[in-house]
Amino acid sequence: MIYSFTAVIIMAIVTYIPRVLPLAIFKKKLKSKFISSFLFYVPFAVLGAMTFPDILYSTNNIFSATGGMIIALILAYFQKNLLTVAISGIIAVYFIELFI
Amino acid sequence: MQIFSLNIFSTIKNNYFNDFFRGFKSGIPIALGYFPVSFTFGLMAVNGGLPVLLTVFISLSNFTSAGQFAGTSLIIANAPLFEIALTTFIINIRYMLMSLSLSQKITSEMSLFKRHIIAFGITDEIFAIASLEKNNISFSYMLGLIITPFLGWALGTATGGIACSILPAKLQSAMGIALYAMFIALIIPPAKKSKASLVVITSGVLISSIIKWCPFLHQISTGFRIIIATIIASSIGALFFPKGEEEL
Repeated sequence: MIYSFTAVIIMAIVTYIPRVLPLAIFKKKLKSKFISSFLFYVPFAVLGAMTFPDILYSTNNIFSATGGMIIALILAYFQKNLLTVAISGIIAVYFIELFI
Repeated sequence: MQIFSLNIFSTIKNNYFNDFFRGFKSGIPIALGYFPVSFTFGLMAVNGGLPVLLTVFISLSNFTSAGQFAGTSLIIANAPLFEIALTTFIINIRYMLMSLSLSQKITSEMSLFKRHIIAFGITDEIFAIASLEKNNISFSYMLGLIITPFLGWALGTATGGIACSILPAKLQSAMGIALYAMFIALIIPPAKKSKASLVVITSGVLISSIIKWCPFLHQISTGFRIIIATIIASSIGALFFPKGEEEL
């Protein structure tokens, strides 16, 4: 019990440090055009890198995941909101897994 | 004069509230997306033998997905503390890039104390929503944006932990795709609108896939894979599509 609790506290600390350091240190706008452009593109790069290929392994099998991904891509392309896309993805995966 | 200053005061108050409410509204879909994920987390941790209270405490104190999943499976496996610290830290280094990116978006007069508070709420999804805001972002906006996902995260964990196996296994598996589907909904619209975003997103996807599927490279941990892909893809964006000052 002491072991698990200590581990959780350590996890909380090493999770908080990378979140807080840059925000606490960089109070002024950075001058470099490269760096500010770089930081502007970070969210797009992170989301792309996190989504694929990991989405393929997010369900019981790669076929249902691919089906859910295609549904999500189509709905996102037609600008449906976050929740609609997420729930439709879940439903698609659920039905595909009934058969595969 | 008296009336004049009162007016100013109420305008400022209204701005705080409006910002908070705007953030709050954007936070609701994130919270709904978090629920199934934290539910799964609660299930996993309690199934692995952790007490429900400790499991909820993990979600309250860590408030992150990949990092706490990895850390918790290591706790269940009785891994050495050092390994738990290192793994969790590596997975979470990506927050440095997000925090740095946000430091350029928040109003520069925000106090150190307030910066410490909003730093705790930086997750992939909260960062994505905040960073796609058009204007500079304020403390009250961030507070509104963080509060519901944080509660959803904790509530989902508690529900998952308590109701260990209410959901049929098939539905649990299907819910695994929820967060990724949300990511897709976040990146497709900007990719349609701007060539630069499309190139950056595609580069991120390609580099991440190469690392994941190539022999030797696939030994790189998830956290580092995302960091490497992010740095290369954002550099490509900055090199080929530098932003003019007026756009930033």
